[in-house]
Amino acid sequence: MDVHVVSMENVSFSYDKTPILENVNLYVDKGDFAGIIGLNGSAKTTLIKLMIGLLKPCEGQVKLFGESIGNFKDYHKIGYVSQNVRNFNQMFPATVEEVVGAGISARKNLISRIKGEEEHRIDEALRKVEMLDYKKQKVGNLSGGQKQRVFIARALINNPEILFMDEPLVGVDLDSQNKFYNLLDRLRKDYNIAIVMVSHDIGIISEKVNKLFCLSNGKVYDHDLTKDIDGANILKNLFGENVKFLFHKH
Amino acid sequence: MLTYEFMRRSLIMGIMIGIVAPSVGYFLVLRRQSVIGDTLSHVALSGAAFGMLTNSYPLLTAILFTVIASLGIEGLRIKYRHYAELSLSIILSAGVGLASILISFGNTQGVISYLFGSLSLVSFQEIILFIVLSVIIMGIIMFLYNKLFYITFDEESAFLAGIPTKRINIFFSVLVALTVAISMRIVGVLLISSLMVIPVAASLLVAKSFKSGLIYSLIFGVVSVIVGLTLSYYLNLATGGTIVLSALTILLIIIVFQSIRKTGV
Repeated sequence: MDVHVVSMENVSFSYDKTPILENVNLYVDKGDFAGIIGLNGSAKTTLIKLMIGLLKPCEGQVKLFGESIGNFKDYHKIGYVSQNVRNFNQMFPATVEEVVGAGISARKNLISRIKGEEEHRIDEALRKVEMLDYKKQKVGNLSGGQKQRVFIARALINNPEILFMDEPLVGVDLDSQNKFYNLLDRLRKDYNIAIVMVSHDIGIISEKVNKLFCLSNGKVYDHDLTKDIDGANILKNLFGENVKFLFHKH
Repeated sequence: MLTYEFMRRSLIMGIMIGIVAPSVGYFLVLRRQSVIGDTLSHVALSGAAFGMLTNSYPLLTAILFTVIASLGIEGLRIKYRHYAELSLSIILSAGVGLASILISFGNTQGVISYLFGSLSLVSFQEIILFIVLSVIIMGIIMFLYNKLFYITFDEESAFLAGIPTKRINIFFSVLVALTVAISMRIVGVLLISSLMVIPVAASLLVAKSFKSGLIYSLIFGVVSVIVGLTLSYYLNLATGGTIVLSALTILLIIIVFQSIRKTGV
């Protein structure tokens, strides 16, 4: 049997002795599209950072591609679009080409021009997200949706096997959101990339993903959306027992 | 003006500082750490005062103090994760407090030349040390350019790309400390951070890419130094202040020019 792309076993995490996540057990496999949802402050970002090793668990074990996160070195296998890019400063003087190429040029020492095979890889990543025409533009001049595509291209530059995204759709208009989900569908179909995405929008993401991790009160509730699921139960996990449901027919 | 030996010397050192200070400042500004120059310059003053008081070499003691302070800032930043700017205030206070006590002990008459900078008082050994350190700082920045760019842009992603971000951050802090200490003699403690920040502020208005931003910063830095030195020589003005006001004039010209272009006046 294939090893899990991400596995968390009995993981707990505390910050300044305050428990944030308790006894988390979850798995992400090849080709999965997993959503992480929860209320504000429910540790969605903490969970994704634990998965990729930006935070260390206090207890339990996190593995990437079967390798314990402490020993994991194949970072080219993962792509990450952090929340930081949302706060991208408009004046930051970087072109699309420079941002997307950061992942490959960072391995080289000395200031040098991007050319040859590297330029080809940048073009390829930009083509995947349909942003090749904007290669020489300043990132600060792009719209929210276009910026998001550029940051995904940067995460794709090393042809990763899994893409982690932390609330990539905040501040992105509806039209760009639809294009964004089409792009993710394409990446999964054409390149078999697994995706883990934090979202605050339970409505849209639950239609798109096959796995849903709901965070509430430090617990993670794992739902397989390919099987019949109890939607009311998911919402109760998120919002508590006293939640009322209103169904709109329009 | 170039017939005088000390002016030729000043020009060479000035041009070098016009290159080094904005180069280091460029990464600081984009990481929103521009105040670090101010903090370290006050520590450098206490280092220089300590050197004078103990009859040792003020530039070397200033370098020693600023390097220790820069490491202290990194340490405190980890301690105060959510209030990182506190680390700067703490070290700045320590620098000013220590400097005022050391100066009060006497035997530190030359300290004024470190406050506002004085090219004419620079010794031959200081010039050699200055040139060697400037070349080393620029060499390291060129060598680490790609990594520094990634860390400046997004530190978490840089870490995931396999860049040793912690080590490079500490290393870069030491570079900042060295830049502050060697610039102190020329533009003075009170004006060092201006030369690290103002040419960069001007470059951000015109840069089309990260690389061009760095190049513009250097050009504006060098032009400020040449214009400032020339004006201070002919008009008999304070050198450090004239250099900084020249840099401000460049920034102002760009702002006015861009406003005119935008409004189409």
